[in-house]
Order: sequence, then structure tokens, then C-alpha cells
Amino acid sequence: MSSGVPACLLSFRSRIGQRLTVLLMVVGSLLGLSGLGFAILETTPPSWRGPWFLPWGEFAVTLDPLSVFFLAPVFVIPALGAVYGLDYWRQSEHPENGRRLGLFYGLLAGAMALVVIARDGVLFLMAWEVMAIAAYFAATADERSPEVRRAGWVYLIATHAGTLSLIAMFALWHRATGAFALSPASQLPATMSGALFVLALVGFGFKAGLMPLHVWLPGAHANAPSHVSAVMSGVMLKMGVYGIVRMTAILPAPAPWWGGVLLAVGAMTGIAGIAFAISQHDIKRLLAYSSVENIGIIAMGLGLALLGRAQGRADWVVLGLGSALLHVWNHALFKSLLFLIAGSVIHAAGTRELDRLGGLAKRMPWTASLFVVGAVAICALPPLNGFVSEWLLYLGLFRTLSPGVASAMAAAALAAVGLALIGALAVACFVKFLGAVFLGTPRSDAAQHAHDPQAGMMLPMTALALGCVGLGVLPMVTAPLLGSAAQSWTALPDPSPHFIAELAPLYWVSLMGASLLGLLTAGTLVWSVLCKVRSTWKAGTWDCGYAQPTSRMQYTGSSFVQILGELFTFLVWPQRHEPDVEGIHPRKSQFKSLTPDTVLDRLVTPVFILAGQLLPKARVFQQGQTQYYVLYILVTVLVLLLWGARGTMP
Amino acid sequence: MNNILIHLALLLFFPPLLLGLINKTKARFAGRVGPPVLQTYFDLAKLMRKGLVISNTTSWVFRAGPIVTLATVLLAGLLIPLSAFDAPIRFTGDLILFAYLFGLARFFTTAAALDTGSPFEGMGAAREVSFACLSEPALFFALLVLVKASGDLSLTGMLHGPAGGYAMTVVAPLICVGVGLFIVLLAETCRIPVDDPNTHLELTMIHEVMVLDHSGPLLGVILYSASLKLFILGAFLLHVIVPFHTGMAWMNWLLFILEMAGLAVVIGVVESVMARLRMRHVPYLLVAATLFCGFGFILMVR
Repeated sequence: MSSGVPACLLSFRSRIGQRLTVLLMVVGSLLGLSGLGFAILETTPPSWRGPWFLPWGEFAVTLDPLSVFFLAPVFVIPALGAVYGLDYWRQSEHPENGRRLGLFYGLLAGAMALVVIARDGVLFLMAWEVMAIAAYFAATADERSPEVRRAGWVYLIATHAGTLSLIAMFALWHRATGAFALSPASQLPATMSGALFVLALVGFGFKAGLMPLHVWLPGAHANAPSHVSAVMSGVMLKMGVYGIVRMTAILPAPAPWWGGVLLAVGAMTGIAGIAFAISQHDIKRLLAYSSVENIGIIAMGLGLALLGRAQGRADWVVLGLGSALLHVWNHALFKSLLFLIAGSVIHAAGTRELDRLGGLAKRMPWTASLFVVGAVAICALPPLNGFVSEWLLYLGLFRTLSPGVASAMAAAALAAVGLALIGALAVACFVKFLGAVFLGTPRSDAAQHAHDPQAGMMLPMTALALGCVGLGVLPMVTAPLLGSAAQSWTALPDPSPHFIAELAPLYWVSLMGASLLGLLTAGTLVWSVLCKVRSTWKAGTWDCGYAQPTSRMQYTGSSFVQILGELFTFLVWPQRHEPDVEGIHPRKSQFKSLTPDTVLDRLVTPVFILAGQLLPKARVFQQGQTQYYVLYILVTVLVLLLWGARGTMP
Repeated sequence: MNNILIHLALLLFFPPLLLGLINKTKARFAGRVGPPVLQTYFDLAKLMRKGLVISNTTSWVFRAGPIVTLATVLLAGLLIPLSAFDAPIRFTGDLILFAYLFGLARFFTTAAALDTGSPFEGMGAAREVSFACLSEPALFFALLVLVKASGDLSLTGMLHGPAGGYAMTVVAPLICVGVGLFIVLLAETCRIPVDDPNTHLELTMIHEVMVLDHSGPLLGVILYSASLKLFILGAFLLHVIVPFHTGMAWMNWLLFILEMAGLAVVIGVVESVMARLRMRHVPYLLVAATLFCGFGFILMVR
């Protein structure tokens, strides 16, 4: 059933040529997808146990609906990204790191596939670690740049901080259940399952990028090759989400506070993520922060589902988990699309600076149109796919106001207001992106001579955009899969997979989406007729009588979001270097503004620098002489002996 | 069936009259005779016959702005129930679609403004998206209150309220929400004190400055969409502030038209007696709207 996995893993061994690597990757993914197709049709989840070489754990894999759901993007996005990479990161242009990138890119995809099917804690952790390391080497492909190396270090530290928490969690899991197997536990003490939940939230939160654990995310995404960013943002972050989903599935009897915590963390992550995204100047950092925002939205859905499980409300579970899972797919589609587009823009114009671009819609018309699709989708606007998952979440949140629910639960409904704020901010953020990069006139020479990329890069982007439209207009195709995934997450009273369609009339969404598209087509037709009938002439933009507008006079991305930036200064803390205006004829001066990450640059880095200053004092113990080390061992053993003997003393 | 036809007829042909009524009220307050009440229809007819000037800078996004806006408000107009009658389209969760359709319109209007590369239009677009971030929470607080009060997740069911009319305990939250929604209405339809539709100083405008470069039929479409938006949001607000209906259908329609005209007159009065707020004070007003609706929510769930 999981025949695709080994094939996918194979791809990294082939170094004969980039094309062969990509071909193997695509074939592996297609095999994997066909395997998924068969797995969906099976009534019992197919599972397999393999030979194992370690004293603990076992090689156990299972493909239940949850795994299937997370496996689908693992097979789709990396394959499309690999095709894109053929032209984007040519072996001939990057002889020193192309092979390495191909190797670790494939390894990353394979490891992620193993992560979502592993049913044993030890196997899971090993796959997890391979994934983390592979992502490190893929993301730092361009290692000559100090910025890339720094981002790589931050990523490596953050991911291992997360792994540390996961190791603690699995150790605790072993202690609580007596095995590493990831199968539902029947009963656990409340404090134990609470501790497991918190450890899972922290450990997986690092990978998913929940605030304030997102510190590695913007730098790593911004500095990785764009198709790697697409895979990291579109798929790898979801591995963190998968971890939380899986752990909450096997932990028995969630307490109400779990859901509350996830809802609050999700709302905070969403609002803070998009507030940071708005004030970025770098197109890929902007997209990375917007990933943080989307992870927040997914966490809100999960929180609602957990709350529903604690309260015995199947409708909250189905809508919350349904929205979270669907958003996992949706975000994989539109965020990968946007990262690939960002890659094309960087490829064409040679800069990641928002305020040096502009006017690309005329020079890269196809890319610009695809961007509009991605932007509308990510702003959760109808009729595209982002709207469907947020709509499910809204429905679930509004249902916390149903009659008969304790009024304390109405606090959950506040998350709907948070989601509305996130939606409005996302529109501001992506209109800024669209306006600064694609509209108006070019702000630099490089942007002036940009053009659409080759077919090899256009093809994956078009496929992703079609996915966004398809899931937006025909969302009901996912309903059975969502239903069975919810069923495998927790036992529902109504096991019919169409439960979600009863709670949320998805066919109406598709009807309205279709009629909106129909109205737009009609409008465009009328417009084209009108253009023929009425006299149309071209002129310069009306600038209130000013005869010579220049591209420097345009509103920049930074000025576009200035009002919002000022509203969020308490969160974002931008640095501004404003010149003093002196005299009647002020001299030429410069204005500069920077948006450092509040958590990383103002909290984590200072602590690390302090630690770097203080900890060398501990080096006195590190003498480099074997005798001393043997002495340390002796002392440690003695102390442990005394500690152990403490209990046996009368 | 008849009611749906009346709904469509009102939706398509009534809204421009509202702009005429507002302008007439303002003229009377200023001691002028003012343009005829039907002036907006004349303007629309004139604009539709005109040719267009299109900026060299622009791409298809510029043209898409007005077309998308018109399509979305028309669709939103089919979701909103008028008076005591059901909306032509009604399904669970349509209230979210209703709110997000306006988001889609905003996306394309502001993108079209940025497409011209003019600093003035960029300024207007920046204000539009920023202020929307403040009015959106107010709208959703209001939706929460109304959903809680009616127990229904479709716009029609939600705005018609519970079967036996609202309970006495709901009156206070509804008043809060009514005040908040009125402010949101003024902001979303770009009226004083948030925006001045009549000013000709580009630096101080929001909506009008975003559409400086649109001309001829495109401008006509924008003007028409703006009046539709006023009509739709007004109909929404009327459900909250005057949730009373008679037993007879024709009487309800007549009452609805009168209420709508009354709302237009009230907006005209507000525009006449108030000055436009300074741009940096607008957020305070919108936050006040959020607070009103938020307090309504607290009163509702306590």
C-alpha cells in the first residue's frame, strides 16, 4: 500500500543527473499517490511491520485516514517543487550544491512520508530527525552567504529544542503506557496526559511555528531556495501539525483547557503572524510570517475540535478538525504556489526587496495572474479554497453559541472575531504584496527587464493554482475523507462520512463560487463588448495635474501598511531611522526602517549572547586530560550510588 | 415568487435613489435646493454612454476592480433578506460568505487603485485596507450577538430573529450592536465622519481617491456598486434597529422602502451636522464601534 515510500526514498540515491532525480521523485510520488488511492478504498487501515535492529521500538507503519490526509501533500508538493527546481536551480548554474540539494530534497520528502505513517515512537523520532537534518541541508544549499548560515543555525537550534521536548514526551509516553507504540491509550491520569499534551504542544509547536516558537521560520524560509521554501512551508510545517493531531488522537479524555489553550495560542499566532508579515520588506520573509498565521488558523481548528471532544460535541469536532485538516491541504497548495512565484520573481528581477520591484504584471503576466489566484486563496476570499476551510472554522466557532452550551464556552466564539481580524489583515498584507511587486511601474532596472519564467517553472505553479480553484469550487470531494479522518481521530456518534456535509452545506459554497465565477465571466464579456463600442484612449495616470510622475513617487509597500504598522507597534516594534529635517532647504537624507523579529532578535538572541559570555567559565572542567575525566566519572558514580542508597537506608 | 421578484427589482433599481436622498437632505440643511432626487440615475446613464481614458500604467487588475466589486455586491444582495421576507438564497453559513464577499471587493478595489501607480490612490487604498481591519471585528461581534439571539446560522434566519420576537433581555445588546453597526455602515460606505464623498482634495479621501483614474462606464459601475453596498448594509442595519413587521406583505414592502429612505435621510443629517474626522482619529471611531459591539456580546452571553 505504501509502495510509494521506498520509491520516493530511492530518489536521493540517484546522483547521475538532476533529471533522473526529478524523474524518480515524480514517479515515486505518483506511485505513492496511487497507493493512497488504494488505501482510501480499504475498510481497515493497511499496516505493516518490518524487521528492526534496535532493542526498543519496532518498525511499524499504518496508513489510517489521518496519515492519508497528511501524506497527500507530501507526495504532491515536493514532486511539483522538484519539477520547478529543474529550471530554477539548474545543476549547471549551481555545480557546487545542486547535487547536495537534490539528495537532501528527496530525503526530506521521504522522511516526511515516514513520519506520518510511523506508528512507533522510536521510528517516529528517527524519521523526524532525518527530516529535520535533511531540511537543514536543503535549506542551506547556498551556504556561502553568511545570512543563510545564520538562518541555518537558528533553524538547527530551534528544531533540536523541539526534538528535546519530543524525546521527553516519548519517554513519558513509554512510562505511562509501557510501550513506544503510537496506539490509543485506554486510560491515563489527568496530570500525566496533561503533561504529555504540553510536551507535544511545545515539541511539535517548534516545527509547526506556533508563536513564540516560530523563531527559526522566517529566516530559514527566506534564505532557502524557493522550491525548498515551498516544501518547508507547504508540507514540513504540517508535520508539526500532524504530530499534535496524532498525539491528541491517542491521548484519552482531553481536558477542556487543552482546547482552550490551543484556541488562544492559535488566535495569538494568527494575529501576531500576520501583523509581522504586514511589516516585512522581504517577499519571502513576508510569506514565511504568513505561514505562521496560517498555522495559527489550523491550531484554532484543532483547539475547537479538542474542546468539542472534551464537551462531547461531535459537531465542534467535525467542523474544527475538518477545517484544520482542509486548511492543511489548502495552505500546502497556495503557500507553495506563492513561494514558487516568489522564486520566479527573484529569478527574474534578482531581488527579494518588495520596494525595489513593481510593475511586473505587465512583464510577467502569467506569473501575476497566478499570484492573484494564490493571494485571493490565502486571504480566504471566495470562491477559492482558503475560504472553504475558514468557513468551516467559522461555522464551528459560531456553534459554540448554540443554546444549551455553558456561557463560558462563548469565550471560544471570540476566536471568530480574531479570525475576522486575521482575514482583514491578510487582505492588507497581500494587497501590499500584489501592489508593490506586480502593479504600478518598476522601481528598479532589474524589475524593468523581468519576464515570465520557462514552461518548466510555469507548469508546477499552474497546477497548484488549479488545485486552489478546484478545491474552492468543488470542496465536497474532500468531505468523505474529512469525515473518516475525524472518525479515526476520535469515535463519533454519527459515523457516516457525510456528517460534515450535513453540518456545513458544502454544495452551496460550490454553487455560490460557481455563480460568482459566472457573474465575473459575464462582466468580463460585457466589458469586452463595451470596449469595442465606446471610444477608449490611453493616457498617463492622473496625478492631480503633475505632469511628470516617476516610479519613485508611487506608494511603496512600506507606506501602504504604515497605518497598520503603527497600530501594531506594541507587537512588532519596528526600528526606524528617520533623518532630522533641518533648515529651510533640508539636505538630502535617508530614511530606513527595519522589522526585526520581536522574539528572536529581542529575546532569544540576547539570552544566547549572554549565555555565550557566561558559559565559557564552565570550561575549567574541560581539561583535556584523561585522568580528570576518569575522576569525573568516579565522582558521578559515587554520587549516584549515594543517591540510590538513600532509599534503602533504614 | 412575487416577493423574490420585488427583492430583485428593489436590489437593482432602488439603491441609486438613496444617494439622491442623502444629497437632497444635505442640500436642504445647507439651505440649497440641491440636485433632483433622481440625479444619481442621470449620472449613471451619462457615465454609461461615455468613452474611457485608461492609464498606460495599468494592467487587467485595474479593469477587474469595478467588475469584481459589482459581481460581489450583487451576490451579497441576493443573500440579504429584506424586511420580513426570506432572501432569494439562504443556507447555513451564508453570513460568512456575505462578510467575505465584501472582503473580495476590497481586495480588487484596492489592487486596482495600486495598479495606477499614483501616490494618491495608493494612499486611499492604504486607508481602506487599514480601516477595514478595525471595522471587521465590530461586524463579527455583531454577527455573534445576532447568532446568539436568534440561534440561526443563515442570514435570513439570523436577521429575522427568533420565531416569537426578541426576548426583553436581548434589547440592550441589540441597541449596542445597532450603534456599532451604524458606525460600520458609515465607514464601509465612505460617509462623513469617516470619509467625505464630495471632497475634491485627494489627500483627505478614502474611497473617492481610489477611483480617481476610473472613468466612463467603469466609474458608473463603481458608483452603482457603492449605492448597492449602501442599500445592502442599510437593509442589514434595519433588521437590527427596527425588527418590527406587519402581517401584510405589501405593507411590509412599503414600510421597508420608507425605512430605507428614512435611513438615507438620517445619514444625510449626520453628514450635515458633523465634520469629517481627522484621518488619524478615524481609528478611534472604529474602535468605538468594536467596543459597542463587543459590549453587546458580553451582555448577550453573560
